[in-house]
Amino acid sequence: MMLVDFFILLKQELVITVILFLLLFIKLGKDRTNESLLIIINVLLFLNFVAGFCCCQEGMLFNEMFRTTNLIVLEKNILNLAIWLISLQSYAWLKTHKHLIEFYILLLTTLLGMFFMISSGNLLMFYLGLEMSTIPLAAAANFDLFKRQSSEAAMKLIISSAFSSALLLFGISLLYGTSGTLTFSELTIHLNGAPLQIFSFILLLSGFFFKISAVPFHLWTADVYEGAPVAVTAYLSVVSKAAVLFVFVSVLYTTFKPLANIWYPVLCILSLLTIIVGNLFALRQNNFKRFLAFSSIAQVGFILIGISGSSQEGTASVIYFILIYVFSNLAAFGVVSLVSALTGKENISDFKAFYTTNPLLSWILTIALFSLAGVPPTAGFFGKFFLLIAGAAKGNYILIGVAALNMVISFYYYLRVVKAIFMDDNAEPIAKIKIPAMPKLALYICVAGIVLTGLVSYVYDYIYSLSTGF
Amino acid sequence: MPNYAYILLIPLQPLATFIVLGLFGRKYFKTFSGTIGTVSLLISTIVSFVAAIQYFFVDGKVNGIYQKIIAFKYTWLEFSPNVSIDMGIIVDPISVMMLVVVTFVSLMVHVFSLGYMKGEDRFATYYAFLSLFTFSMLGLILSSNIFQVYIFWELVGVSSFLLIGYYFEKPSAVAASKKAFIVTRFADLGFLIGILLLGFYGGTLDIGILIERLTAVQSPEYTAMAAAGFLGVSALTWALTLVFIGGAGKSAMFPLHIWLPDAMEGPTPVSALIHAATMVVAGVYLVARLFPVFNMDAAALQVVTYTGAFSALLAAVIACTQTDIKRVLAYSTMSQIGYMMFALGVSKYGGEDGLGYMASMFHLFTHAFFKSLLFLGAGAVIHMVHSNDMKDMGGLRKLMPVTHIAFLIACLAIAGIPPFAGFFSKEEILLAAFHSNKLIYGVALFTAALTAFYMFRLYFSIFWSKESTVQSHGEGPLSMKLPLVILAACAVGVGFIPFSSLVTSDGEALETHMDITFSIAPVGLTLIATLLASYLYKKENDKPAKLAASFDGFYQAAHKKFYVDEVYLFITKKIVFPLVGQPIAWVDKYIVDGFMNLLASITAKISALIKGLQSGKVQNYALYFFSGIAALAVLFIYLWK
Repeated sequence: MMLVDFFILLKQELVITVILFLLLFIKLGKDRTNESLLIIINVLLFLNFVAGFCCCQEGMLFNEMFRTTNLIVLEKNILNLAIWLISLQSYAWLKTHKHLIEFYILLLTTLLGMFFMISSGNLLMFYLGLEMSTIPLAAAANFDLFKRQSSEAAMKLIISSAFSSALLLFGISLLYGTSGTLTFSELTIHLNGAPLQIFSFILLLSGFFFKISAVPFHLWTADVYEGAPVAVTAYLSVVSKAAVLFVFVSVLYTTFKPLANIWYPVLCILSLLTIIVGNLFALRQNNFKRFLAFSSIAQVGFILIGISGSSQEGTASVIYFILIYVFSNLAAFGVVSLVSALTGKENISDFKAFYTTNPLLSWILTIALFSLAGVPPTAGFFGKFFLLIAGAAKGNYILIGVAALNMVISFYYYLRVVKAIFMDDNAEPIAKIKIPAMPKLALYICVAGIVLTGLVSYVYDYIYSLSTGF
Repeated sequence: MPNYAYILLIPLQPLATFIVLGLFGRKYFKTFSGTIGTVSLLISTIVSFVAAIQYFFVDGKVNGIYQKIIAFKYTWLEFSPNVSIDMGIIVDPISVMMLVVVTFVSLMVHVFSLGYMKGEDRFATYYAFLSLFTFSMLGLILSSNIFQVYIFWELVGVSSFLLIGYYFEKPSAVAASKKAFIVTRFADLGFLIGILLLGFYGGTLDIGILIERLTAVQSPEYTAMAAAGFLGVSALTWALTLVFIGGAGKSAMFPLHIWLPDAMEGPTPVSALIHAATMVVAGVYLVARLFPVFNMDAAALQVVTYTGAFSALLAAVIACTQTDIKRVLAYSTMSQIGYMMFALGVSKYGGEDGLGYMASMFHLFTHAFFKSLLFLGAGAVIHMVHSNDMKDMGGLRKLMPVTHIAFLIACLAIAGIPPFAGFFSKEEILLAAFHSNKLIYGVALFTAALTAFYMFRLYFSIFWSKESTVQSHGEGPLSMKLPLVILAACAVGVGFIPFSSLVTSDGEALETHMDITFSIAPVGLTLIATLLASYLYKKENDKPAKLAASFDGFYQAAHKKFYVDEVYLFITKKIVFPLVGQPIAWVDKYIVDGFMNLLASITAKISALIKGLQSGKVQNYALYFFSGIAALAVLFIYLWK
């Protein structure tokens, strides 16, 4: 292998690493204003996103420790896009923050971890990436330095992840004990469905479920989401979930294919539990972040249904939905983060009569919520529909029926928020907000994404064409 | 192959209007937006008439059979190699017929709204929503792919939600639009699963191919679908019933009708558009679109028949007890759609047996005109009186001569009195029912009489009854009168269109015979009901006084009408209204509605119950985490073998 190939295969990781070093140097150098720093960083993140599209190549490195395919490159690009959008959106919050650069260093480190995790060809590599993408996040969750809730969130995140990591690691070691290998491609051959293997596989699954907050491994989600700064919440609910889901799909479809008779029923049960519990909790939330947290739990349930289809359509519809989810969820979080940073209000009841003072933000939020609920012609509608078609391929119609029923329930609570925004009276609506340029750009990109991802069929076709080799 | 690609222009026109008015309406042409919307739709209407003439009279027919033509097709997305989602335009008798109906009625509503909504603060928004609705409805009827149907189906739901909730300052309007949205979403759920089933077994989402595959008895798709079953019912029946549930939601069939009366909170012209001619018949249209497949499954057709007949009867009885004029019209719509549904249900595919199908489409066609006329007339009345309640009306015939005549014509048409439009279509439905199911025929006949009764009750209460006390401010501008006149002319004329040679199940002309002897029963009953209504409601508070006077001249009175009168009064006032009508209205209000409320409250209760899980303590979370793993492990190592 030529050295150039080596660099090209690792290009996305290398770019992130370079940016990390740059940030360290900037930190050590002379003091700059936050505004100029934010411009520099956002430009860098944008370049990072663009760089992801050039010179793609498939291949493996380090004895199959690291592998990359066009699909993996696409997945990393989605994450790059998401982190750029989040960074743009948190402009209002970070503008006055003292430790701006540290925040970015933490976030980018976790992103690097996720990249290694997505590219991992070995359980150890996977574990390493997973940890690298979790521990710095706990620090980031603590970034509202003077809020007790923020510290609580960080504490809960680190303790729960330590717990889940321990079990995951236990599962990995048992798996190694029964099969004698950690490489994904070799592991497949040694899976025979012995009870110990099933047990270790379930431990492994629980690690995944913890990260994507599937019920009953979801309990940390709401507290952490509520306490953490909005940018971190958005990051947790979009980027870190998406990364784990990407790995989850590919690992289930390739490495653990021999155990499909185990994970298919597990997915069915957990997806229903996740959708139902997520919906029931979302129904009664008043804190907007908590509301989005539970609604995103329900969304993950739908993704699990798509995964249960175990086909090329399954992979494609899951990745397609995640892309849509990035846009929709970040549009919603973007509005909430603006309002929270500028007025400190985070409750749904505060958003009553929001339309009278902020019509633009109201429309953006409404479009985002409609997309999350799956109303046409927003992309969310197509995404959910495709997930259901993919899941229906197994012929399990009770699953699809209950899921579809929950779509209606979810509709109800999303509509409740829309109603508050447009129709309810409020003596003191949130004052008119002047939207800074960067968050505005991010919101426009999200709205364009919500509309276009659904209507431009090329997006799905492209993802479908890459989703081979399951 | 004749070229119909220009039909694309018809839906795109309102879409463009929506975008222009939605984005710039409020800022730049606040007052002109109505004109822009109307002119744009006028063009659409003209194009649809051109298309209709070309299709029906120039080149739609090959060897005496109307062809199904795919005028335009664009593969929008390939979900997997077998299942692709196309955006297409289908041209066949029913879609062309619907094109004419939707554009024409929508145009009338656009014109009427110029006067009715004048001075509204969000005039441009209103027209933007109207255009969006028209676009979605046109997209729905032109769809050649079942997924495309679903997209537009949902869009119709969204835009009607916006229109019903237009007066969003009014809490009742908000509640109504939400109710309409959620109830129809429940129904759409059925539709969605139905589509998934059809797509799964049929291996395609294209309606044409789906029909081709599922109507051939030997085809592997049909065999698989008829053989597969769930709870003892075949997958085909499930799929069709679920699709029908979706249609029943939009078409307000029992028990999914509860949103329709409440939806009357929207602006009245909107009701004329949505609840008379377009959205509410979408369900009928859907069944008609997939009719060849429905024809393969007797069980699903029976569901359609009985749901339709029951809804027709139930709604007619309730309509007799309502005093809000728009609610009377809402129930009457439900009742008439019930007619269309059971007409489809008793029909077969092709030839003489396809009479029900033809009759259903014919009734859909004529109903669109006279029902939108009734709603617009009611709108004009409400505009004058500023109230929806019958009690506030009466004697308006002198103040509103044009509206009065138009309304009268519409009432005659819906009652089915010859030679008005409703007579012809209803007659065919009754005939179809008579030939296939006597029970349904009986229900239909009785409902027809009830229809005449409640419609004339409405008519007399509004225009006669008592002397008007309303301060007249003129009947309204020309823009409000013109649509009434045009629609009234249609309500007289459209019955004479030789519908049976144009729109049939298989495209072949159908011979129908007007049988005078058959018409005697329905027309006679209708006339009797009309006379009764006029007797009771033409003058206010007349009867008690007459009764009292009759006691003096008992002999003269007894032979003439006193006795009949008393019996009738007893039956209607003492038995029918309190013992039949009101309980049914009560059941409707408390049981059916209450069930929906119960569902909501149960959901809330469960949600409160499991709140305890979310305690905020990390050690508890760890406990649940570990229990989850343990449960999965036990389940899969020991139980799942």
